[in-house]
Amino acid sequence: MNSLRLFFVGGLISYRALFGWLSPWILVPTFLFAPLFQIFLFVYIGRTAGVNDDRFFLIGNAVVNAAVPCLFAMGNTIGGERNAGTLPLLIASPAKRVPLFLGRALPVILNGFLVAVFALVVGALLLRVDLPPATWGGIAVAIAACSISCTGLGLLGAAVALRVRETAVMSNIVLGTLIVFAGVNVPVTAMPGWMQGVAQWLPMTHGIHATHDLAAGRSLGSVSGALLTELLLGAFYATLGLTLLRWLEWESRARATLDTA
Amino acid sequence: MRLLRLVAVAWWLQLKMRSRSAFDGLLSLLWPGFFATTIFMMFRQGDASGPALLSAAVGSSAMGIWSAVSTTAAFALQMERRQGTLELLVLAPQPFALLLVPLTLSMATIGAYSMVATLLWGRIAFGIDISIADPAAFVLAVIVTVFAIGMLGMLIAISSIRYRTAWALGSAIEMPVWLICGFLVAINDLPAWVRPLSAVLAPTWGVAAMRAAATGHSPWANLGWCLLTAASYGVIAVLVSRWMVHSARANATLALS
Repeated sequence: MNSLRLFFVGGLISYRALFGWLSPWILVPTFLFAPLFQIFLFVYIGRTAGVNDDRFFLIGNAVVNAAVPCLFAMGNTIGGERNAGTLPLLIASPAKRVPLFLGRALPVILNGFLVAVFALVVGALLLRVDLPPATWGGIAVAIAACSISCTGLGLLGAAVALRVRETAVMSNIVLGTLIVFAGVNVPVTAMPGWMQGVAQWLPMTHGIHATHDLAAGRSLGSVSGALLTELLLGAFYATLGLTLLRWLEWESRARATLDTA
Repeated sequence: MRLLRLVAVAWWLQLKMRSRSAFDGLLSLLWPGFFATTIFMMFRQGDASGPALLSAAVGSSAMGIWSAVSTTAAFALQMERRQGTLELLVLAPQPFALLLVPLTLSMATIGAYSMVATLLWGRIAFGIDISIADPAAFVLAVIVTVFAIGMLGMLIAISSIRYRTAWALGSAIEMPVWLICGFLVAINDLPAWVRPLSAVLAPTWGVAAMRAAATGHSPWANLGWCLLTAASYGVIAVLVSRWMVHSARANATLALS
């Protein structure tokens, strides 16, 4: 019961306290305005470059924006504690680490999901891209899978934040990597072999591919393999993150310091 | 001469400080690089070649100049406030707007690093032939664009002084300016209602001048418009800053709450 309380109540309190982006002055420009302009930018560049159709860029850029809260909010679960001066209290607390950090991931997953759905729906309306109602359910499942897997990667980022002070820089670099490699604007099949190899190990790649297939009318069952891979990747990164957190926490205790410098 | 020395010394100091910052230095190089890489791949996928590819390379590289200024300029005065140096800047015996010129120029200069890095990246990684038809005019166009974007940054910095989370605004206007200023998309391809907005933004003229110099066309008219719009930002910034300083003196505070 204690773990469940820590998971749900602790996660929600931590999200509200540490993720300072919930202010409308940040939320509106960052989560509503910027994703739409990223979509418009690449749609117009795509038209200029003579590649693909508007729907391709709409889907890729809408879905990848789920990564913004997933990466930055998870980075803040440690970076924010450090800034607030509460990191030593967190490390010293007897709370179980798995519910503690996975609870912090839950609101973030929902946030990422909503950002991507908003960008996709409003982008489709403004660009007049047809997404048949029959595909909406499947696409929602694919976006949810992407949000979950990306939050797994964000948890790894949170662990690294125990040693790296510049969490915003780190999250931006990871986001940029996803934009280049995950098939957001260029199909993975059109990339060089080594890039395809990297893409297979990144969150978003399989989810975005599945979303394209679903929007094209394929059934949820036919993309279940891609979505399962996406979720497994998320679980892999989350496990890696929790393991790294435990190890770095142990090292911090052994060295009696949480200072990174 | 004293004013020039002030701007030069403060620009050099700010440039050294920013070069050592992971966010202003490293990320200003890497972030536009991610976008440029994607764009090079898109153009390669579309079998672009010759002038089209050169034009894309110039536009992609110029993105870094704006990228280095947009977020950091919007947040510049909040940072001074946080560091406790905003009062010192306002009290300095020089016009407040003038003190911000070297600050935002240093950001745009870091963007120029990013521009060179992106052009080299396009040449080395994507084999783009960077044959500039008129190198002297191109370098001049880059310098004028850096200056103009610095001035736009100054205007943004002053205008957002009372916006506590101005970095979010700066971050949000990064891509719209890339789009509507024709960094990669011809202005004529955008909806007609966007074009007047493009015309009052200095980067539109700066990028057009760089592209004209690179492809062997005359850049001078575009450079003239770029300088004119940049000068108008300076005038507006001076007026806004005077009003802001007057308000701070009247209320005896620069704090937000």
